[in-house]
Amino acid sequence: MSEADKPEEPAAPAAKPGGKVKPPPLSRSKRQELRRKFLRTVLLTGGVLGAGLSGFLPMLYARRQRLRPPGALDEKDFLASCIKCGQCVQVCPVEAIKLADLVDGFGVGVPYIDARDQACDFSCDAVQCVLACPTGSLTYKKPEFFQVRAGAALATKPILLAKEKDPEPTINLTERMGVARLTRPELCLAIKGKGFKGQARGADFKGMMRYMAVDRWKPIPVSEHPYDVAECDLCVRECPIKGAISIETVYAPDGSQRKSPVVHEPCVGCGVCEMICPTEAASIEIVPREVWRT
Amino acid sequence: MSNTILRKRFLEQILVMFGREPKKPGAVSEPAKQIHLLKRTSNKEKLQAAAAHAEAHMSTSHKWRNRRWAVLLAANLLFVVSFYFDIQILEGALTASRFIGFHLIDLNSALQVMLAHKHIITNLLIGTGTVLVLWILFGGRTFCSWVCPYHLLAEWAEKIHLWLVKKKLVIDQPVDRRLRTVFWVVFALLALATGYTVYEAISPTGIVSRALIYGPGLALLWVLALLVFEVFFVRRAWCRYACPIGLTYGVVGIFSPVRIKYTLDGCFHEGNCRKVCLVPHVLDTVIKGRAVHTEVPIGPDCTRCGLCVDVCPTGSLTYDVKGLSKLL
Repeated sequence: MSEADKPEEPAAPAAKPGGKVKPPPLSRSKRQELRRKFLRTVLLTGGVLGAGLSGFLPMLYARRQRLRPPGALDEKDFLASCIKCGQCVQVCPVEAIKLADLVDGFGVGVPYIDARDQACDFSCDAVQCVLACPTGSLTYKKPEFFQVRAGAALATKPILLAKEKDPEPTINLTERMGVARLTRPELCLAIKGKGFKGQARGADFKGMMRYMAVDRWKPIPVSEHPYDVAECDLCVRECPIKGAISIETVYAPDGSQRKSPVVHEPCVGCGVCEMICPTEAASIEIVPREVWRT
Repeated sequence: MSNTILRKRFLEQILVMFGREPKKPGAVSEPAKQIHLLKRTSNKEKLQAAAAHAEAHMSTSHKWRNRRWAVLLAANLLFVVSFYFDIQILEGALTASRFIGFHLIDLNSALQVMLAHKHIITNLLIGTGTVLVLWILFGGRTFCSWVCPYHLLAEWAEKIHLWLVKKKLVIDQPVDRRLRTVFWVVFALLALATGYTVYEAISPTGIVSRALIYGPGLALLWVLALLVFEVFFVRRAWCRYACPIGLTYGVVGIFSPVRIKYTLDGCFHEGNCRKVCLVPHVLDTVIKGRAVHTEVPIGPDCTRCGLCVDVCPTGSLTYDVKGLSKLL
């Protein structure tokens, strides 16, 4: 029933002087209408709360670890503090940051990086996303009362190779986003001793990167920058952080030796190695939130 | 005398916002009493003729609605355009943004984050303060009808709902208005207890705003479900009975000088205004005999949308800025 324009609604029970307040009996239809209204209210309550609490489901099972932008608080604090505005998305020059969808439960609208599609290559030079964050979800320095997980803290401020010769060569980052791991060594071209020629990820790949030799300020598509290397070292070649990864000679248990990419402590987990890795699937990947283990 | 009566009504309107049903007024000022008496004792036919005359000659303009839609679309498009062309005028989404560098943070989103995170940084505080001042100046729930993109979608869904009602295909099934207050408290407690901004995950305002700016996602299905529910079952269900953002801005509206003013004198009590109103309980004063004074400001739950101003044949409902008319 729509809220019709009743000129006078039935008067509320008035207290008779000296007597008890006796509510006038409600008609049967009125009582039924009230009951229906009550049931609808309960239904709407259940529906809205159910929808709200369904956000817990992805939290409880099938929980996917997301790579968060640089400077993110620990996952629980990150989800609590993120206001889901996407200002970090807007400042990123390579559009590495995306906002999660409904399947992330309470993480809907929260930023993440899909490093294989588009890694954070620090072409902004200054972790701009941290600067853009209005709530401190992304932060240069955690307030004291937040714990720093052992191995999450970087030993020193990472040196950005692109501005190594600048007076201030570091980027303002105290904790790593994750750590690169050689997850599929059996695919790695360096381990096989193979070279690589062509576009790292094929002609259709949309990912962008800043190549210092091409343009200091403008990232270009990876597909426009083909490679020709005798021994594949793309992950080392394009890693933006000084001393984070190198090709080393490693010894297998049987005594045989081979070349292999080796990740070092300065690795911040930006994902450039994962993006640039020419094997399908990537031989090297970022493990989000991973800490440095010695 | 009239001041105390108006103050009492104002306080009652705050309770009405939280879900109480509007009641007949206890006391009515002398001048208002006379007008009520005059209307009761005047020749009925003459009054009806005058009402019909006013209605026949009323302008059927949608002045305020058009202005409001223009502002709403402009505000939301500015977000889209800012990002799309990277012109950095209004960055972010409705939950939090920067307008040429100044932080703006939605009050309810800020509240959710503060309760869930339990740590407040300066930028969050600045943005929240700026928005608080902004909506105190412009009227609290003005946010709902002049900015919220879900409000516009719901307005169109409401048109379909009313058309279906007219065709007798559906009936509006109202829900208890106290539910909105309950939801407000529940979502605040959930944020505090779980450490997740539970409301933000289902807020259609945030979802639609982000979908406009960053592209659509599955979350729009929830918004679609809400709209379907509103078309076929409960008229304007989300805005009326659920949205905690509306209640938050309603509370801000208590302190705002911008409101709709009702003038008793020329009103014929046709009730057109109550038919178009999103929150008809704030317009109880236009019911015959209910106005406590000759001029009554509409309560804080009013979204200042101006639909009633457009539809009033006698100009009895107007926008008003408290204190400004005295100054001028």
